Amino acid sequence: MAAIRTSTRQRVRQNLTAHGFLLGALLCFGYFSWYPMVREVVMSFQKTKRGRTTWVGLDNLDRIVQDPAFWQAWRNTLLFTVLALLLGFAVPFVVAVLLNELRHAKAYLRVLVYLPVMMPPVASVLLFKYFYDPGHGLFNHLLAGLGLPTLAWLNSSTTAMFSVVLAATWMTMGGATLIYLAALQNIPGELYEAAELDGAGLLRRIWHVTVPQTRLILSLLLLLQIVATMQVFVEPFLLTGGNGPEGSTTTVVYLIYQYAFNFDNYGSASALGLVMLLVLAGFSGLYVRLSRSAD
Amino acid sequence: MRTLISDTQLNRPGGRRAYRIVLVLVVLVFTLVFLGPLYWLVTGGLKSTREVIQNPPTLFPHQLHPATYREAWSQLRIGRLLFNTLYYAFGALALQLVFDVAAAYALSKLRPVLGNLILGMMLATLMIPAAVLIVPQYLTVLDLPLLHVNLVNTPWAIWLPTVANAFNIFLLKRFFDSIPEELMAAAAIDGASPLRALWSIVLPMSRPILGVVSIFAVVNVWKDFLWPLLVQPDPRNQPLNIGINSLSLGVSQNVVIAALAIASAPTVVFFLIFQRNIMAGLTSGGLKG
Repeated sequence: MAAIRTSTRQRVRQNLTAHGFLLGALLCFGYFSWYPMVREVVMSFQKTKRGRTTWVGLDNLDRIVQDPAFWQAWRNTLLFTVLALLLGFAVPFVVAVLLNELRHAKAYLRVLVYLPVMMPPVASVLLFKYFYDPGHGLFNHLLAGLGLPTLAWLNSSTTAMFSVVLAATWMTMGGATLIYLAALQNIPGELYEAAELDGAGLLRRIWHVTVPQTRLILSLLLLLQIVATMQVFVEPFLLTGGNGPEGSTTTVVYLIYQYAFNFDNYGSASALGLVMLLVLAGFSGLYVRLSRSAD
Repeated sequence: MRTLISDTQLNRPGGRRAYRIVLVLVVLVFTLVFLGPLYWLVTGGLKSTREVIQNPPTLFPHQLHPATYREAWSQLRIGRLLFNTLYYAFGALALQLVFDVAAAYALSKLRPVLGNLILGMMLATLMIPAAVLIVPQYLTVLDLPLLHVNLVNTPWAIWLPTVANAFNIFLLKRFFDSIPEELMAAAAIDGASPLRALWSIVLPMSRPILGVVSIFAVVNVWKDFLWPLLVQPDPRNQPLNIGINSLSLGVSQNVVIAALAIASAPTVVFFLIFQRNIMAGLTSGGLKG
């Protein structure tokens, strides 16, 4: 009897110690992740006017859907995501394949590609803002030097989003490049040898060995990039002040920011956040399933 | 190691020449694209107010104006902004090391009741896009439930939310799981308390993963924009990213560029020192959302 009692007491004590170790993290998760998550959902169905909070059901959702900015923000965000993926997904892959073939200057080139990722975003973004200046900016000077027509860059609704994507790609492509590079280094050399013996040329070796061997990491990164790029905020916020010419760079997260902090409308901001969450949850879920199958 | 193109193919006369051309081209283009803007940043800060907005732009400054850097330092109060950024980054690092390591240790080695549920709830937060929670998080920081404290304009508003980092917990727990159970049992038989076992067995073995977690902790705070924009409205408390942007209006362009150069210097130096660890952490630490 006595033995059992001490072991129970011991187990209680062990549990208390363990929860003591967990306490700090639990409080932080509770305050800054779990509670805000619940509050996000609750606030989507509430409205606060002059300090009084009332339930309004789907009114918030109804209101944001009727706001023309809602559809424009989604269109812009999708455009940004598609452009950012065309550039930010394909370019790093090509660069990684190229770097993997080089026998010299590899360390130097790797450092170069990753350097912009480490820069404070304000430095990269303002730098591009100066480059884009239609009057004395470097880019128009280069275009003119090559005999090409100059562009209005951030000042025109047709080129503004493209300019944002270009800056964003420069800032972030290093991460994807290094991850691809690591994946390429894991491809067994015998596969290339066998393909070569079968008479496969360079392009066919890329298509039949490189791509299938890196397919999993490619699809994982694609999903991550979709989730990350759809949350774009800093680049348009700093480059065009957020909305850009004729609202051409208003993104969904910027619209959330505007609802909440410019118009004090937390209900609409939360409702839009919830829509965003549901859209991105699909991609996140797919990511989790894929990465489980990878283990 | 054998890659897409074999060494024998490269060693043929034609192959060798093609390789040389590609190598030179790649090195040139990469230097231009990735180092060019940094060169422009450093030299732009040395130009005069007139020259920096001159058309066509000049490749070399006609006259060196190192005073611009001094002006940037005093006008934009870079020293203050830099100090704030470091203060936020290393404070966040310290809190994450203490609380996330303790939590991961408890979940991996002490295995309390409901441990798996807690772990699952922590990992579930990885699925939620950070931007979605910005508004409720801000309202929480404005008036902390139960305690009714306002954290805005205090460093805690930046430090505490960084502890709720499920990716840290995941990385640390996975590493702690690989530490043999026999070691822990031996320590317990010798009468070591859980804290003692963490300190003298687990931590010394976990240096690589602690390095990865530390680097990401510092870099994340250093690069963050939207959150500090919201919770540090007082210009005296702002980190570099926010401060330079808000102070840059109405200051001449060469001074802003000099300020950006100063702001970039510490990260570039930090990266060059730790580049091996940073790149290894990026690729081995798994994919981060």
